[in-house]
Amino acid sequence: MTAVATDNVLERRWPEAGVHHVPYWVYSDADIYKREMERIFCGKAWNYVALDAEIPNSGDYKRSWIGDRPIVVTRDEAGEINAFVNRCAHRGVQFCKHNLGNTNEFICPYHQWTYNLKGNLIGVPLRRGIKNKGGMPADFKREDHGLDILKVHNHNGAVFASFDHEVEPYKEYLGERFYGFMDRVFNGKSLKILGYSRQLIPSNWKLMFENLKDPYHATLLHVFLISFGLFRGDQESASLMDVTGRHAALVNRRGEQKATEGTAEMARMLEDYKLADPRLIDPKKEYDGDATVIMQTLWPNLIMQQQSNSLAMRHIIPRGPEKFELAWTFFGYEDDDEEMVARRLRQANLMGPAGLVSIDDSEVLKMSQDSISPFPDSEGLYEMGGRGTEDHNHIVTETAIRAFYKVYREVMGL
Amino acid sequence: MSKAKIDPVLKFEIEDLYAEYADVLDLMELERWPELFTENAFYDVIPRENYDRDLPLAIMRCESRAMMEDRVRAIRETLMFEPRYIRHLISSFRITPGADGEIGVTANYLVLETLSDEMTKILNAGRYVDTLVREDGVLRFKEKRCVYDSTVVPNSLIYPV
Repeated sequence: MTAVATDNVLERRWPEAGVHHVPYWVYSDADIYKREMERIFCGKAWNYVALDAEIPNSGDYKRSWIGDRPIVVTRDEAGEINAFVNRCAHRGVQFCKHNLGNTNEFICPYHQWTYNLKGNLIGVPLRRGIKNKGGMPADFKREDHGLDILKVHNHNGAVFASFDHEVEPYKEYLGERFYGFMDRVFNGKSLKILGYSRQLIPSNWKLMFENLKDPYHATLLHVFLISFGLFRGDQESASLMDVTGRHAALVNRRGEQKATEGTAEMARMLEDYKLADPRLIDPKKEYDGDATVIMQTLWPNLIMQQQSNSLAMRHIIPRGPEKFELAWTFFGYEDDDEEMVARRLRQANLMGPAGLVSIDDSEVLKMSQDSISPFPDSEGLYEMGGRGTEDHNHIVTETAIRAFYKVYREVMGL
Repeated sequence: MSKAKIDPVLKFEIEDLYAEYADVLDLMELERWPELFTENAFYDVIPRENYDRDLPLAIMRCESRAMMEDRVRAIRETLMFEPRYIRHLISSFRITPGADGEIGVTANYLVLETLSDEMTKILNAGRYVDTLVREDGVLRFKEKRCVYDSTVVPNSLIYPV
């Protein structure tokens, strides 16, 4: 019943050295990609699929994705959230093509097989034929031909789904620390959707995760962030993981905009940088504690962004081994005042396809893929902060990438 | 659609402003880009899926000429990106004179992007929804909204649209 196909045989062998060496074939090999879809995205994993504020009313739906598999997320008549595969059980048509909408039922345009908001098959035209001619066999049962239905969990507005119904409970899957991080933003207050942006990045999806699990680059590549003290290596910060190592977070506290010993090596820092209109960055504290940035990477498909007042779900949708879509959903809270909404919209200038910070990342990801693809048998080196996979209370480290590949190798059998 | 007659001189002047706008960006004379706006002008580049649903989020949002200057300085000094050319094609002008000397203008646009290892591609296709005003005899943008159809942006959008 699931979309998991028979496992393919892989000829590839991971380098002897271990997780601090990552072979470049993981970023381009079609067989690896196929196994990732089956084992990582369609396996025992809670994938981010929607915010419930996108589908507030009965009959509302959102088109979404798990890995590269199309799904639909709905709110049914009882107010429950459902998710099922966007592929007609008859002949495979992707029947839902609107990104958002409202309906009582889904009718496949090809032969009008009809499904309810839970994904059950409720109508098959000409099932009994015309004038006793044709029709489905007598033993055809509608209840045997519903859509593939996914398991769903709603964490105060953040909706996750799993192909595998045997997946561990959501709370255990996240672990105490990450459940706490998620609960900090998804604290029970009603969410307000601010809008979407989408970009197609010509690199393997894992490079996006690596980027967020690598706080070291942010202190060097992102001159805009560095110059305004929004993210710096000399600030109190940490690279934290769950007990398995599959989820990670970078946590940072905003510092002063001045040169210190720690910034001496950041050659690109512009100490005299002043904005002509400082409203662009005017952060306001809104959570307990002194962390101003918590960027979570949740296995296998979500980056949960809390950068000052900029809140966004970055949904990773692989589109083949060498490209992925990054779908951003920016949001705030229903009770935000006008000033807070304005602040979130201005700070969004730093993120997304035209973001003053994230442009650096999407560009460098393409540049990585450009020279990784021609050299599948070479390896990347991940030794900053040692060769282990433990938490670090600084950000001069690649520990969370090593931890990711430790879990990756187990799940992939590599 | 029948409309009040537009003064051909005004139409020419408006088309000339858009030609100038395209040149400033395509010839990389970015510092001149904010000069085409009023001091308190609003500029954004917004996906049509947000615009049509009244969702305010834009991928580029400037609430003043000063914010545009900040964007230009970031492009020049802080952003890291692959070199590229862009090319604006602007057509199908609709001009609607409004109250207080304001002029509503809509136009279709296409922005092409050329990277060194790829064929030229469409970076962004959409519609300008603009308001012009005359300041010291010169037409400037008081508001410029770039509403784009191209739901998925091909990688990054560096320069203003």
